[in-house]
Amino acid sequence: MENNLLSLIIFAPLAGAAINWFIGRRVRDERFIGIVACGSVAISAIVAFYLAFMSGGALRSETPVLDHIWTWLQVGNFHADFALGMDRLSGTYALFVTFVGFLIHVFAVGYMHGEAGFYRFFAFLNLFMFSMLTLVLADNFVLMFVGWEGVGLCSYLLIGYYFDKKEAGDAAKKAFITNRIGDWGFVLGIMLTFFVTGSVSFFANPAAGEAAHTALSFFRNQPVETFTAGAIFAGGATSIAVLLFIGAAGKSAQIPLYVWLPDAMAGPTPVSALIHAATMVTAGVYMIVRCSEIFVHAPTAMFIVAIIGAATALFAATIGLAQNDIKKVLAYSTISQLGYMFLACGVGAFIPAIFHVITHAFFKALLFLGSGSVIHGMHHEQDMRRMGGLKKYMPITFATMVTGWLAISGVPIFAGFFSKDEILWRTWSAPAFSLPSTGFSKFLWAIAALTAFLTAVYMTRMMVMTFWGKERFRETHDSKHQEPDHHHGPVEPHESPWLMTVPLIVLAVLSTVGGFIGIPYAFVGKDVNVIEHTLEPVVATAGASTVETHATETPVAEHGEVPATEATHAKHSSEEIAAERMLAGLSVLIALLGIGAGWYLFQKRPLLQMPRLLENKYYVDEVYDAALIHPIEVSSREGLWKFFDMGVIDGLLHSIGEAVTEMGRLARYLQAGFVRGYAAIILVGALILIGVFAYLGFPGV
Amino acid sequence: MEPQLSWYLALSAILFTIGVTGVIIKRNVIAMFMCIELMLNAVNLTFVAFASFFQDVTGQLFVFIVMTVAAAEAAVGLGIIIAIFRNRESLDVDEASILKL
Repeated sequence: MENNLLSLIIFAPLAGAAINWFIGRRVRDERFIGIVACGSVAISAIVAFYLAFMSGGALRSETPVLDHIWTWLQVGNFHADFALGMDRLSGTYALFVTFVGFLIHVFAVGYMHGEAGFYRFFAFLNLFMFSMLTLVLADNFVLMFVGWEGVGLCSYLLIGYYFDKKEAGDAAKKAFITNRIGDWGFVLGIMLTFFVTGSVSFFANPAAGEAAHTALSFFRNQPVETFTAGAIFAGGATSIAVLLFIGAAGKSAQIPLYVWLPDAMAGPTPVSALIHAATMVTAGVYMIVRCSEIFVHAPTAMFIVAIIGAATALFAATIGLAQNDIKKVLAYSTISQLGYMFLACGVGAFIPAIFHVITHAFFKALLFLGSGSVIHGMHHEQDMRRMGGLKKYMPITFATMVTGWLAISGVPIFAGFFSKDEILWRTWSAPAFSLPSTGFSKFLWAIAALTAFLTAVYMTRMMVMTFWGKERFRETHDSKHQEPDHHHGPVEPHESPWLMTVPLIVLAVLSTVGGFIGIPYAFVGKDVNVIEHTLEPVVATAGASTVETHATETPVAEHGEVPATEATHAKHSSEEIAAERMLAGLSVLIALLGIGAGWYLFQKRPLLQMPRLLENKYYVDEVYDAALIHPIEVSSREGLWKFFDMGVIDGLLHSIGEAVTEMGRLARYLQAGFVRGYAAIILVGALILIGVFAYLGFPGV
Repeated sequence: MEPQLSWYLALSAILFTIGVTGVIIKRNVIAMFMCIELMLNAVNLTFVAFASFFQDVTGQLFVFIVMTVAAAEAAVGLGIIIAIFRNRESLDVDEASILKL
């Protein structure tokens, strides 16, 4: 179905960015800039909701809403149009991106009050919304890559917003360069996809007269590739999937490309909330779920995704335990939760991954904005060692942060519980499709459960250090932390204005009730899992083809993946329900244990010294520095610059120039200035020529 | 006695040699210039002699081209000579030697 309103979703923020950049910079009125920025995102959100829920809308029908804006690239049989498509997956994404984005825009109006670069900030933020929505709504890989690079650019611009600070500039460059490594994989993946399938489109558009199959539907009839390491280099679905995952790992901060995300906290806090927690960093998850048709044909790639996801989740959670900067804790928490999402993708639980993306967007945006509110109230103090006891001063921030804390820890009825528990359960019961054995899924589950425990611990530590205990901000700063801009003496914390607290409250409500869209069958005995029903038609089923071949071995492994509703009861066997309930109980226990442990450890001793190895992030930055950056720098400076550029290239040019000069210097002696001398030389030359010809004979005579 | 081809060629060689010698030994620009013209016309004589001998009109065509170029050269050359004379009040080429090392 064609609907031209779709383009309004992406072009409204673009218009907002343009207005703020060209007009806002002259007007310099915060009210004008704020209304333009928030208004344009609000238009996007309203149109997105309308297109999703109108009759025949994206979330209510099987066919996507399409909008062909213009024909972009057409070379031979290569088609890449500037065209948008909103199906159930991109529709779901567009909904939460625009909505959470709107709330964060409103928050930012309050947070950025009085900044000199107010217009610049909102122009970039709107440009980011444009890029993100292009990424999500693109109907082909190439346009998706445009959005992909666009969000990378905006991320760079916004991390480096305080460009007069060196650390912000360095962090921006780090984010951009690290993402380049991932983009290299993504581009190769797109090329290979076209090479294999002859198409880069996601949606079949019969009206445009395109090929019979799209880049994704091509794989539907292909056999599942074997689970071997050789498949990675075979140039088929597995190779494509691995390359795409490299791109996803860069954007979504997975091992080994996660190092840029903690540094990205140098940007303003609303940026951290919008880009580096709620939306952009989940683009990798979106891309993998969008390409689920490719991934389910590539068990080796899914295995890699699951391993990297689980490793990242645990690794980042342990680092998060020992950070003292409130935003760094949340940054590592984000990496850890992204690892969860990739783990879910890797075991074929694509819908829970998207579910977790949504709930994570709610509670992590809430926590980041809450931390922003704290930082604002503490006059730009980010070190939790100099906070404490803030609940008295910031009651609304405190109450909403508690909601986020319970949600991320996985306490029941809060949003995080449902999505996290779903991932844990699906990891536990993962079919032996992408894993060496079913026992391996138990191992992954153990890692995920341990991560859940650590998550509860470090979030409790953060809350305790910030809101409970002694008020440490009045203490005179010890000389270790003496910085030039901290001479204003002890700070008096204050609650933030309504522009900042209202978004917090809305997000807190969503973090509480947001999980109810995905209540599993096992809990209530009824099919109320809205998110699963919505996304089922657009997400490929992992192991669907293997079930046919191993039907006798894994009869119950297909939990919740048969779209037909009459099969609902058949797929929920009673022992499976019992197992799911048991595991849910276990994960509640893990969450409460984690909170309890955190409370016990840090309530009395909030400044407890954490292991140095964790505090220094396993020295990963130092290792990268020594192993990669320093050698590249040295070989660039000594090899490429001093030897090749200055020695070889410059040397070659200079010696050519010198040779010409030298020859000219010798030739000058011929120029005596006497015309008759020249004539004599000509005569001699002519006589020599005649002599030579006379001696040798004329050729051809 | 019929004129032979070799007579013309001999005359042409004599004229050309006079021209070359004149260019090298004369100091006066105008004399040098006339010697150059002499060389050109010596070559022209060779051309027409051969054209007549081989009964081929190509040689005569070349003469026309040479005459045209010579006319153009005379115009430019005389212009330069007048400019030199106005500048230096002298036509001695050995004195016009500032374009040297």
